[in-house]
Amino acid sequence: MVRDIDVKLLTDNIKEMCIEATHYLSPDMCAALKTATENEESPLGKQVLDSLSENLEIAGKEMIPICQDTGMAVVFLEIGQDVHFVGGNVVDAVNEGVRRGYVEGYLRKSVVGDPIERINTKDNTPAILHTEIVPGDKVKITVSPKGFGSENKSRIFMLTPADGIEGVKNAILTAVKDAGPNACPPMVVGVGIGGTFEKCAYMAKKALTRDISVASEKAWVADLEKEMLEKINNTGIGPGGLGGRTTALAVNINTYATHIAGLPVAVNICCHVNRHAVREL
Amino acid sequence: MSKNIVKVPLSKEDAKSLKVGDYVYLTGTIYSARDAAHKRMSEALAKGEALPIEMQGNVIYYMGPSPAREGRPIGSAGPTTSGRMDAYAPTLLDLGLRGMIGKGKRTNEVKDAVVRNGAVYFAAVGGAGALLSHCIKKAQVVAYDDLGPEAIHKLEVEELPAVVVMDSEGNDLYLTATEKYKR
Repeated sequence: MVRDIDVKLLTDNIKEMCIEATHYLSPDMCAALKTATENEESPLGKQVLDSLSENLEIAGKEMIPICQDTGMAVVFLEIGQDVHFVGGNVVDAVNEGVRRGYVEGYLRKSVVGDPIERINTKDNTPAILHTEIVPGDKVKITVSPKGFGSENKSRIFMLTPADGIEGVKNAILTAVKDAGPNACPPMVVGVGIGGTFEKCAYMAKKALTRDISVASEKAWVADLEKEMLEKINNTGIGPGGLGGRTTALAVNINTYATHIAGLPVAVNICCHVNRHAVREL
Repeated sequence: MSKNIVKVPLSKEDAKSLKVGDYVYLTGTIYSARDAAHKRMSEALAKGEALPIEMQGNVIYYMGPSPAREGRPIGSAGPTTSGRMDAYAPTLLDLGLRGMIGKGKRTNEVKDAVVRNGAVYFAAVGGAGALLSHCIKKAQVVAYDDLGPEAIHKLEVEELPAVVVMDSEGNDLYLTATEKYKR
C-alpha cells in the first residue's frame, strides 16, 4: 500500500528539529559529558567540562543556542519505498523547514550562497540533503546542524590495501591530532572505512548521528572504536585543547564494501556539541 | 582564591604581567570581528583608508553571535577558530591591537607579532556560547552592518572568563599543556 505524506509535514517537523537540536543535546551526549567531568584529571580540563555542563543548562532553560555556530543544516531523509510525497517539492519543503527554523528560532545564519562570492543567504539555506530509500512506508528525519570549527578539521585518506588496519588507525589519529584545540574538544569522531570516495565521507558523517553509548554491531569495528578512543584520549589534548584526559567522548565507525584496489578512510570531526534531532513520520 | 579581573582595553602593563595559563575574567569594552570583517579591514588598509575601529590597546573577540531574542543584548556568543584570522592578525597587532580572544593554535607569524608588540592571546571555552553570552551586557554594531553575524560589534563585557594561551613573551599553552596528560 502506498502511503501519502504531505511535504508540509516535512517543513513543520524540520523547523522544530533545527531549534530542538541547537538547544538540547541527546541524552547519550549529556551522559558522556558528565562521566568525562567526573574522570578528568586536569583541573583546567575539569573547569572547561564544568563550563560545558553549565552552558547546556543555560541553553535549554533560556533558549540560547548551545553554540553560536548553529551550523549548516544537514538533513537525512530515510524514505520508505511505499511513501508517496504530495503537496509540493520535497527539496523545497526541506529548505523551507530550515529557513523557518533558523529565522524564527533566532539561530545564526552561517551559509553563503557561493563558496567564492561568499554572500550570506540570510536564512541558512540551502540545507545539505541526503536521501536514502528504505523498505516500509515511514520517513525517518534526522537533522544535524554541523558547526564548521570541527568540520574544517575533517579529512579523507585514500589508503591502499597494503596500509591495512594500521594505516586506518594512523589516519584517524593524524586527523584528530591535527584538529587539536581548533575543533573544540572533547570531540566526537565519526569514521567511514571503505566504499568509494563519497560513500566513505557520507558514512563518516552518518556515524556522528549514532548514539555514542552504542558500539558497532561488527566485533572488529567495535574493538577498533574502543581502541581508538583510548589512543585519542592518550594524546593529552584534553578539554578545550588545554591539556587533559578527555579529548574525545566517542569514536563511531561505519564500514562498507570497497574495491580490490582501495581502502578509503574518512574522518569527520565533531565538537562536543554533536547535535542531532530524530523523528519518524 | 579571588577572581583575577583584568580591565579591557588592555594596558601595556597588564598585558606584560599576564602569563600563560592564567585564568582571568575580562571586564570593559572589546570588539567582535571574524573572517569577513578582517578581510574588509585588510582591504581598507590596502587602500590607505582608516579602520572603522581603533586598534591601540584594544582587544578583538573572534566571534559571530547568534541573533538576540527580545530584551537580550546578544544571542549565543562563543569564540570561533582563531587560525583563520592569522593572515590578518600581525598587521593589526603592529597597529596596536593588544589582545585577541578566540580558540585554537596560531602561526609563528602571529606569535612573533604578539612578542614584538607585547600583546596577549586568550582562549575562551569553545562551544560555551550560551554561558559566555551572560558576560556580555551590551552589544552594538559599529561597522560592516551588512555582514550580519560577521559585523563588528562593540561589546561591554563583565567578567568574561578566558585563559591566557599565549603571553607577551610568546609562551604557548597549547604546546606545553598536552605533555602532562600524554600517555
